[in-house]
Amino acid sequence: MLLNRNAVSQLEDVPIEAVKGRSLWADARARFFRNKAATASLFVLIALGLFALFGGLLAQYERDFVDFTLIGSNAYKGVPSIETGHYFGTDSSGRDLYARVVQGTGISLMVGIVGALVAVVVGTLFGASAGYFGGKIDNVMMRFVDILMSIPFMFVLILMLVIFGRSIFMLFVGIGLISWLDMARIARGQTLSIKNKEFVEVAVATGVHPLRIILRHVVPNLLGIVIVYATLLIPSLIIFESFISFLGLGVQEPNTSLGALISEGAEQMQYGLTWQLYFPIAFFVITIFAFFFVGDGLRDALDPKDR
Amino acid sequence: MTLKSILTATTAVSLIAVGSAAWADGHATHPVTGETLASDQSFTYRDLDESPSIDPGTAEDSAGGDILRDLFEGLMNQAPDGTLVPGVATSFASSDDGLVYTFTLRDNAKWSNGDTVTAGDFEYAWKRAASPELASPYSWFIELMSLENASEVIAGDVDPSELGVTAIDDTTLEVRLTQPLPYFAQMTTHFTTFPVHQATIEAHGDDWTKPGNMVSNGAYVLSEHVPQEKLVRVRNESYWDNDATIIDSVTSLIINDEAVALTRYLAGELDRTDVPAGQFPRLQAEYPEQAVSVPLACSYYYMFNLRDGAPEEIQDANVRKALSLAIDRDIITENVLAGGQESAYTFTHWATAGFETPNIPMASMTQEERNAMAKELMAEAGYADGGLEIDLVYNTSESHKSVAIAVSQMWKQTLGVETTLANQEWQTFLEARSNGDYEVARGGWCADYNEASTFLDLMDSGSGYNDSKYVNAEVDALLAEAKTADNPQPNYDRVEEFIAQDTPIIPIYHYASVKMFAEDLKGWPFDNFQQNWYSRQLYKVAE
Amino acid sequence: MLGYILRRLAIAIPVLLILVVLSFILMYTAPGGPFNSDRPLPPEVMANIEAKYGLDQPFWKQIATYVWNVTTQFDFGPSFQYKNRTVNDIIAQGFPVTLTYGFWSFVIAVTFGISLGVAAAIRQNTWLDYTAVGISIGAQVLPNFVMAPLLIMFFTLYLGWLPGGGWEGGQWNYVILPVTALATSYMASIARITRSSMLEVLNTNFIRTAQAKGLPKQQIIVRHAMKPTLMPVLSYLGPAFVGMITGSVLIDVFFSTGGIGQYFVNSAFNRDYSVIMGITILVGALTIMFNLVVDLLYAWIDPKIRY
Repeated sequence: MLLNRNAVSQLEDVPIEAVKGRSLWADARARFFRNKAATASLFVLIALGLFALFGGLLAQYERDFVDFTLIGSNAYKGVPSIETGHYFGTDSSGRDLYARVVQGTGISLMVGIVGALVAVVVGTLFGASAGYFGGKIDNVMMRFVDILMSIPFMFVLILMLVIFGRSIFMLFVGIGLISWLDMARIARGQTLSIKNKEFVEVAVATGVHPLRIILRHVVPNLLGIVIVYATLLIPSLIIFESFISFLGLGVQEPNTSLGALISEGAEQMQYGLTWQLYFPIAFFVITIFAFFFVGDGLRDALDPKDR
Repeated sequence: MTLKSILTATTAVSLIAVGSAAWADGHATHPVTGETLASDQSFTYRDLDESPSIDPGTAEDSAGGDILRDLFEGLMNQAPDGTLVPGVATSFASSDDGLVYTFTLRDNAKWSNGDTVTAGDFEYAWKRAASPELASPYSWFIELMSLENASEVIAGDVDPSELGVTAIDDTTLEVRLTQPLPYFAQMTTHFTTFPVHQATIEAHGDDWTKPGNMVSNGAYVLSEHVPQEKLVRVRNESYWDNDATIIDSVTSLIINDEAVALTRYLAGELDRTDVPAGQFPRLQAEYPEQAVSVPLACSYYYMFNLRDGAPEEIQDANVRKALSLAIDRDIITENVLAGGQESAYTFTHWATAGFETPNIPMASMTQEERNAMAKELMAEAGYADGGLEIDLVYNTSESHKSVAIAVSQMWKQTLGVETTLANQEWQTFLEARSNGDYEVARGGWCADYNEASTFLDLMDSGSGYNDSKYVNAEVDALLAEAKTADNPQPNYDRVEEFIAQDTPIIPIYHYASVKMFAEDLKGWPFDNFQQNWYSRQLYKVAE
Repeated sequence: MLGYILRRLAIAIPVLLILVVLSFILMYTAPGGPFNSDRPLPPEVMANIEAKYGLDQPFWKQIATYVWNVTTQFDFGPSFQYKNRTVNDIIAQGFPVTLTYGFWSFVIAVTFGISLGVAAAIRQNTWLDYTAVGISIGAQVLPNFVMAPLLIMFFTLYLGWLPGGGWEGGQWNYVILPVTALATSYMASIARITRSSMLEVLNTNFIRTAQAKGLPKQQIIVRHAMKPTLMPVLSYLGPAFVGMITGSVLIDVFFSTGGIGQYFVNSAFNRDYSVIMGITILVGALTIMFNLVVDLLYAWIDPKIRY
């Protein structure tokens, strides 16, 4: 917070016209880049993205290529090594783990980002509207969420598979369908309290359109908690993806994801092939840390109370 | 105290405890082998999942069968090598035409409440298992036994009392069949034929299988049952051969995850568990006395969709044969699974009783020769430069996935075939397969009884299990003829040759049962092909 | 307030009814059925089974009969998968188990989560904050299917201190590992939400005013900052509490606890229709109930909230 307070005091010294000239977003951007951890993490995320896109160029093997001489003798021949070209060793099917981690990171980054975006946009707007309008509208909207939370979601996924067939797009639909529910509850809870604040009451009294109130006054005040919850959601969505793929809807062999690699690694860890867990989980940890600090930076940067 | 010294101290204490126990109980020896028996005769093993039922009438899975063989005893039992030995029946005779069997029951067989086990208990049990009222999913077993009126009773056209089984008196059971079945007596070792206690069922209804209610006639009685956690059975004092039983209590623990089960086995919580795919070589090296692999009566195969309207490419027998040739089974059995499975070139499991594996040309070729031949066949079919794309579906499972990955790569590396892999959740998979909504699908088949026809009948165009929809009139005729032939082996050879030539399915490997057994556990019937074991055959020796 | 509660309870009935009908439709449209296996049953056997379980009735009649039996006799029907057990049996046996380990997980997750979050917030950007953030991220990157085998390997195989699974009627040594595994990820989420929420509250004008007045920090936190901090935590805890007391499939799978958590997934895989419905209604009812409790707690935290 120290950084931001300094920022505020600096801004106070700047002539009013100059402040007016800068948009809210530019202002937020400036605050964000003053947060070192957030900036560094943003670069880490970009690096991860580049790794997912171009890391394959460094791989010595195709990600689906099975080295038949390695299957079954993984424990001593498939260990990570620069010499063999298997930087991260091989998986239990004798495939290059490095190439697979590259591909898995890409899928999982996308799953995390898409899921979090859907949650933030749909969940926040839905929750904020329910909370703001209150009464019957609130009751109907939130009971709708209760129903979606309780229905056997697995059948929704299976039906999607049967009706639309297997595709990455369907995976994102599946992730999107479930990701916003908790977010809506949290956004609504906060809105209930925010709508009684003076600035909202003033806006209502001056006849501002409700939608504008929600977007201009309610949502910005929700952003802090929304962003934190979104960063919490990302790891669970990345793991949830492996369950969806388990049903047959999402990522299929020979493609893979971090969730699938971690779950395979967890199994193999118990047989002593620990690297099959370490490498995917290391990328998972880096991803989550990066999202956390970026989220924290965004939260501070967008916090309206600091302005 | 450091951690290490605590551990040493605990080990020392437990060693002393074990030592003194062995001393105290030093007299107990095995009546046949003379080995010194351990004082603790409890057997704990892992089951993958809760069995749907432990009522002999409605039970359907093999894990439930393991439990039922302890709790109940049928007319005949299997010896450790799988041969037939007397159970409740001391002997049986069949009429000359093979249509009537008469079983003579022992008069000292008792229910756990002291009642005598009578022929009437069997009659009641069989009629109950077939009755539409019970609606047992396993009632088809009564049909499989070819009992008179079985199909009619199940269909509800005839009253269950008309079923071809009658208790002549308390110790004589007469069974009437619609066709002679050479392996009929073997079938009476199956749990569906076990007797049940009528008074108990009538008193408790569906709750009769709960501990405390259940009355059983096997070597053990049910003492505790917490679904999805464990099932405990203890020695039945009323059992006629109770004196020969050594194991006092048997516990099956439900552990879904096989890796966790292995960890718990290594921690000493279990006496028997499954070896995960690919882990056998390592475990055998580390625990040579404990890791065991024996043949298991199942075959693993890929099936082609031969229905009208299925993709054109795989309707070409050359393509199918090429795909079969290009699979290096030895890599799958030795490296991917590595648990003592055998490469399969025939559908029938090599260890099936009375079956001699015919000489399929492919089996004696080297993989290089097979690959060369596969390439030729593909060239003939017009795919000399690859260009063939295939969908392969399998139900979600780690080991099916490993096999599919290996196979798809063999096809790609040898033939340039591009395979799209798709896993599906079990029920979705079954529906897709039976509706013919696939190109190549994974299949597995386990023997119902120990004879080759249990496998080969799947190739019959009329079989409900023929998911390939393979139709070959010659195969149908050969199979029909084999039913009554004195020596069906030549027919089986011909059918296997047809399978190799037409390739409606690609046999990949023959299963093995790969387990860890605690070193002190003895008496396991490794030679029993169906792995039908009885806890009363087991014992634990003192270390 | 009483009127509000009664209204909310009254609306629960149609909501549950919609839930039942929706789930029924989903279940029946999904491929497969409770008695399908890789050995299709002969038609006459299938006919008997369908007659026994009423599956031969028209769809609307099945729903009507089901709803009638549930409402008039509280009878959820027989399990299709487990021949000698009813859904009531299954819930009566499994729910106490998950209730026990879920309750302890909740207590631990809330206690440690909130303490950790508050501690991190009031000492933002100190080693305490970093440790707390590190712990909470660490707890999140070890999903249950990694954590559970690790716990078993460590405490059962290497140390030999705790049994590797089973429940034994809830003896303490059987409860520890499942509770640890379940509580950890929830604890991490609670800590992160609390931290961020507390940071925002500490930044608001009224807390700054209190600070400016020179009130002791501890008093500010306990008297003024704590209540508003809890708002988003509460929104998260409603569904989380239901999630914990209905258990987790992974906990039941890895620790063989025999709770109802495993039925969420397994009954769906087995197409055990009656168990799916029983579980769905249980979760639906609990979700509705605890969201009501959360709404009442909102009003307690922020008396300005009116429904």
